[in-house]
Amino acid sequence: MRVLQRSEHLLEVKDLKTYFHMEGGRTAKAVDGVSFHIDRGETLALVGESGSGKSITSLSVMRLIPQPPGDIVDGSIKLDGKELLTLSDREMRKVRGNDIGMIFQEPMTSLNPVFTIGNQIAETLIKHKKMTKKQAYAKAVELLRVVGFARAEEIIHEYPHQLSGGMRQRAMIAIAMSCDPKLLIADEPTTALDVTIQAQILDLMVEMKEKFDSSILLITHDLGVVAEVADRVMVMYGGQIVEEAKAEELFTNPKHPYTTGLMGSIPNIDGEVERLESIPGTVPPAHRFPEGCRFAPRCKHVMEQCTQSNPELSEVNRKHKVRCYLYEPAGGEGGHQNGTDERKTVRST
Amino acid sequence: MHRYIIRRTLQFIPMLFLVTVVVFALAKAAPGDVLSGEMLDPNIPHEVLEERREALGLNDPLPVQYWSWLTSVAQGDFGNSMQYTGRSVMDLIQSRIMNTFYLSLFALGVTLAIAIPIGIYSATRKYSLFDYGATTFAFLGLATPNFFAALLAIWLLSFQFGWFPAQGSTSAIGLTGFELFIDKLRHLVLPGFTLGLASTAMYMRYMRTEILEIKGSDFIRTAQAKGLSNNSVLYKHTLRNALIPIITLLGVEFGLLLSGAVITENVFNYPGLGTLFLNSIQNRDYPVIMAINLILAVSILVGNLLADIFYAVVDPRIRYD
Ligand SMILES: Nc1ncnc2c1ncn2[C@@H]1O[C@H](COP(=O)(O)OP(=O)(O)OP(=O)(O)O)[C@@H](O)[C@H]1O
Ligand code: SF4
Ligand SMILES: [Mg+2]
Repeated sequence: MRVLQRSEHLLEVKDLKTYFHMEGGRTAKAVDGVSFHIDRGETLALVGESGSGKSITSLSVMRLIPQPPGDIVDGSIKLDGKELLTLSDREMRKVRGNDIGMIFQEPMTSLNPVFTIGNQIAETLIKHKKMTKKQAYAKAVELLRVVGFARAEEIIHEYPHQLSGGMRQRAMIAIAMSCDPKLLIADEPTTALDVTIQAQILDLMVEMKEKFDSSILLITHDLGVVAEVADRVMVMYGGQIVEEAKAEELFTNPKHPYTTGLMGSIPNIDGEVERLESIPGTVPPAHRFPEGCRFAPRCKHVMEQCTQSNPELSEVNRKHKVRCYLYEPAGGEGGHQNGTDERKTVRST
Repeated sequence: MHRYIIRRTLQFIPMLFLVTVVVFALAKAAPGDVLSGEMLDPNIPHEVLEERREALGLNDPLPVQYWSWLTSVAQGDFGNSMQYTGRSVMDLIQSRIMNTFYLSLFALGVTLAIAIPIGIYSATRKYSLFDYGATTFAFLGLATPNFFAALLAIWLLSFQFGWFPAQGSTSAIGLTGFELFIDKLRHLVLPGFTLGLASTAMYMRYMRTEILEIKGSDFIRTAQAKGLSNNSVLYKHTLRNALIPIITLLGVEFGLLLSGAVITENVFNYPGLGTLFLNSIQNRDYPVIMAINLILAVSILVGNLLADIFYAVVDPRIRYD
């Protein structure tokens, strides 16, 4: 049975809808019909500005949406062919930390301040791998060495506040990888770190992925990070995927006006943001999306039909999907590419 | 950490000194002295009183008086009581202090045993019927004056139902061993609960707020993402952090143990420091007043010291240097 499933994707998310029921009866559609997959050994990047729904997407996969007010209202999330959304809470807890490891943006606050690093690594091993305390601590030392601590024996007795941000993120990676997960979800793992440390942490993640033979879902709003490590990229806006392509394809041939806008503001290697042409305006809150294309209010290429209906995510070629009327064949229903590039010049107001 | 504790203890010494000065000064600033009462007695000639003043050193300059008071206090000698003629102050206090200590400990036990579980339960079931019930109880508790609750308890549980004694600390002389223990415990119930319930509301709300705040923190999300059980997330990761301020508060509370019970002790006529204190004030028994004042002030200082030490023990983030 396992053998049969190996042919499928590692993670397959279909039509995921995660809504927040807010006061006053409004609904925030933080994730609104997102579908994607991750293959074994693949690094998939999820990019988008703040508030586009990246974290909620990843927390939905972990089923860690605070409920209430949040709720996964529709969709399917399959890990290795196993549907996660119908698992009992108990079964889901066996997936978290064991099949899927997760690291977060804020290394300063993501570790519990009152327990030692060793304790926090060991408890995952004790829980999932049924190790004794002694075995778990021995394994913790080993893991800390793997993530680059020379003084691992001492570090297990130290508290988070005794480590720098970069070191804490290494410790978080050690926790996330401790049970040899199939998937590592990293939600902005480098955003809070110094530029020099950022590169080290990224390298470490890639190294870990290879060593543990896992896949990565990397969430970031930094296209520089994406270019460095991702195999494939999804661009998210307003709770939806607006473009998806192989990394080289996306960087050489970006299609969606939002993506090209983001590219205009990649920080250069020294970390100085060269806002050549940043996108005017801000991401709309998830309870107040505009009619039609959600990017329309900020789009340079907006056309009349854009404000009437939301375009589908459709293929422009086999490895490239985009949600934009500029690339959709007339009639609009998710067809194939034909002469899309010429239509890029179409402008209307 | 040992160095931190030692340093913190050393800082305690000048504070202690200051407290003795204040206690002494307050006693001196109050109108009258130990002989004022006798001055009204026309049978004692004025010259005799003057002589006794001179003999007691009451006419010496203040620093000299302070120093002689301090040196005898340091040796455990608080002088003699004026109202219970001939009894030493130390003797009087020794007969009362343990009663107050038991009462306060009982009350603290009541507070924690009720406040912590209810606080936790309320927080995990925020906005449930239970949570609203606990909140209502808390505000009622906060709004009810202590003496009123005490009178209510006496009327209902002692006079109406006769379950518990409402007066004193023992009912029969000559009880020993286990019987004496039970008898003392029964006498503790009413004053202990009245005193304990008074701070329950505060601790309960504190616990609830603290847990709710910690539940939203990043490291709790990490704990959940590790696949830990709900119990482990609540009782290990959340509670350990939520208890830090509570434990610190306990240090301070410990300092208040002896002084917290003055009103309650008097309502229940419980023979503790509080009744002795009020009694001494009414009789201008200055040696006793000074001694109790000093004991209370020192216990509060010690409580604060304990709070700091507890804090350093339970929160690894405290810097020791
Ligand atoms: N508890 C909540 N209640 C209501 N709306 C929420 C809640 N949490 C998130 N949202 C909505 O979901 C949207 C997406 O949030 P999300 O955290 O996924 O953004 P993000 O892409 O991760 O941004 P960032 O880069 O800032 O982390 C936000 O616009 C917000 O309006
Ligand atoms: S559909 Fe229209 S508004 Fe939306 S991105 Fe494309 S051109 Fe712009
Ligand atoms: Mg986020």
